[in-house]
Amino acid sequence: MTCRRKWIQISIIAAIMLVLPFFFPSGYYYRVGALVFVNALSVVGLVILVGYAGQISLGHAGFAGIGAYACALAPTHLGLHPAVAILLGALISAALALLIGRPILRLKGYYLGVATLGFGILVSMVLSNERALTGGPDGMSVPDLGLRSLLRDMGWRISGGEFWYGLNAVVLLIGIWIALNLYQSATGRAMRALHGSEVAAQTVGIDVPRIKLQAFVISAVYASVAGSLLALQNGFITPEVAGFMHSVEMVTMAVLGGVGSVLGATLGAAILTLLPQVLTVFAEYEQLVLGLIMVLVMIFLPRGLLPSIVAKLRGRGE
Amino acid sequence: MDALMQFIFSGLTVGAVYALVALGFTIIYNASDVVNFAQGEFVMLGGMITVFTFEAGLPLPLAALIAIFVTSAVGVALNKLAIEPARGAPVVSLIIITIGASIFIRGAAQIVFDKQLHRLPSFSGDEPIHMLGATILPQSLWVIGGALLVFVGLYLFFTRTLTGKAVLATANNRLAAQLVGINTGFMMTLSFALSAAIGALAGVLVTPITLVGYDIGVALALKGFAAAMLGGMGNPKGALAGGLLLGLFEALTAGYISSQYKEAVAFIVILAVLFVMPQGIFGEKKTERV
Repeated sequence: MTCRRKWIQISIIAAIMLVLPFFFPSGYYYRVGALVFVNALSVVGLVILVGYAGQISLGHAGFAGIGAYACALAPTHLGLHPAVAILLGALISAALALLIGRPILRLKGYYLGVATLGFGILVSMVLSNERALTGGPDGMSVPDLGLRSLLRDMGWRISGGEFWYGLNAVVLLIGIWIALNLYQSATGRAMRALHGSEVAAQTVGIDVPRIKLQAFVISAVYASVAGSLLALQNGFITPEVAGFMHSVEMVTMAVLGGVGSVLGATLGAAILTLLPQVLTVFAEYEQLVLGLIMVLVMIFLPRGLLPSIVAKLRGRGE
Repeated sequence: MDALMQFIFSGLTVGAVYALVALGFTIIYNASDVVNFAQGEFVMLGGMITVFTFEAGLPLPLAALIAIFVTSAVGVALNKLAIEPARGAPVVSLIIITIGASIFIRGAAQIVFDKQLHRLPSFSGDEPIHMLGATILPQSLWVIGGALLVFVGLYLFFTRTLTGKAVLATANNRLAAQLVGINTGFMMTLSFALSAAIGALAGVLVTPITLVGYDIGVALALKGFAAAMLGGMGNPKGALAGGLLLGLFEALTAGYISSQYKEAVAFIVILAVLFVMPQGIFGEKKTERV
């Protein structure tokens, strides 16, 4: 990918983010959009781990849980500002990923899947069992970020939905920019090399365990920041954010859109976030449809939606 | 001492269910290299269909047979419609396909049946049996006996019958099996039917103790998967041992440490085993070909 293509991708997404609000029939859609961006952020992190480095994680929601609860707990217990709590959560997630990453990433395929899954479940279990601290399965409230009132003091009045739409859009763009830069860097090339063949990567001098660990830690930080933003914008958080189903949703979003591409992953996040909103009319059938989509896409578009569509268009163009 | 015995009994009962799920995993994994995350849904279907046909007035054994038969059909459909078309796909895709299938089955069950919890009467009464200073429910003996019987049955099937050996041959090398005249497509169908039937049987046996609802499958699939891992993926002996061990770990943790964290300890044990023996207790060491 050339430098120009990177900026084209970022401009496309930024343009969509700017134009979309003109089509919103009501303020509620800002909320939905903000949710799409948060999910896309954690999915971009997974693209680095799964798409670049070829590893898998069925427990990344655990990091989202850590980020979310850092924002809920640190302000009340440590007196930290919520914005600092986001950093603290990211730091804890990174440290934890560093700690467990080394032994876990020696494993491959299904074994890696079950090990990460075990990690995620442990985190969600701690969150729902330590009632005294986290309020248990009922969840707990999260303090306000305080940034919106700051804007109001400066004379800029915007609604909560608009604020979170804007903030999350900016954070997501930064996340995408970092991910695209990483793709071209030496580290990114090393990740893609070991994705192709670990043995081959090793023989050309790539420190395979180290590179895998880097991908794992980076994606953990993405998930953690996304979890923090989710907690802050909802003002409330339950342990479900760290649950197994959330991990599965994240991986599904990534693979649905196309795990090799940052743009595709964003598309996947958008589709799977919007789906339940569309299906509220048939709430009974939501699970049925979600399951069906997961199976059908994997069978008929194994590389994900966006890469398959692009391949089809290119094929026609030639 | 009495308390310990009591924990061991309850651990073995739960462990037997995990072992049955893990055996189902093992059969499909051996035949197709797929880890079937929908395995827990077979248990749910077994329980749910039995409950609804039984409440419709059929005798319990007949209801159970219908449940096992229908679940086998679902297993075969899963293979034909979702797994076969994605042959050769990467592990991530296969994981998503089977998780998607499990969400689909759960969604269908919640529409066809309902969202309530259901129970069945115990097969041979609810009078606890006193043994070794502790008590055990007759239904627990059914569950443990069922798991052992299935294990012995599978062992004989795979080592003493031509069909069983053909399944193993298919698992080992599909092309070679085809060359010696084995109908590999049928062997795959058979594996999925067998695996689903074992899952359904577990559902029938355990429903009188633990109740059944449309959403019990996820937890069971994870535990069964963990048990299969613990024993070594693809090894029936490992599945049985892994399941029973996992059940015992959970029961002892619940009894002596904390009932809230009993499931956590199961996963900690699994992580520890994976770090020390990445191939599980009975798994063979594999070297990767370049």
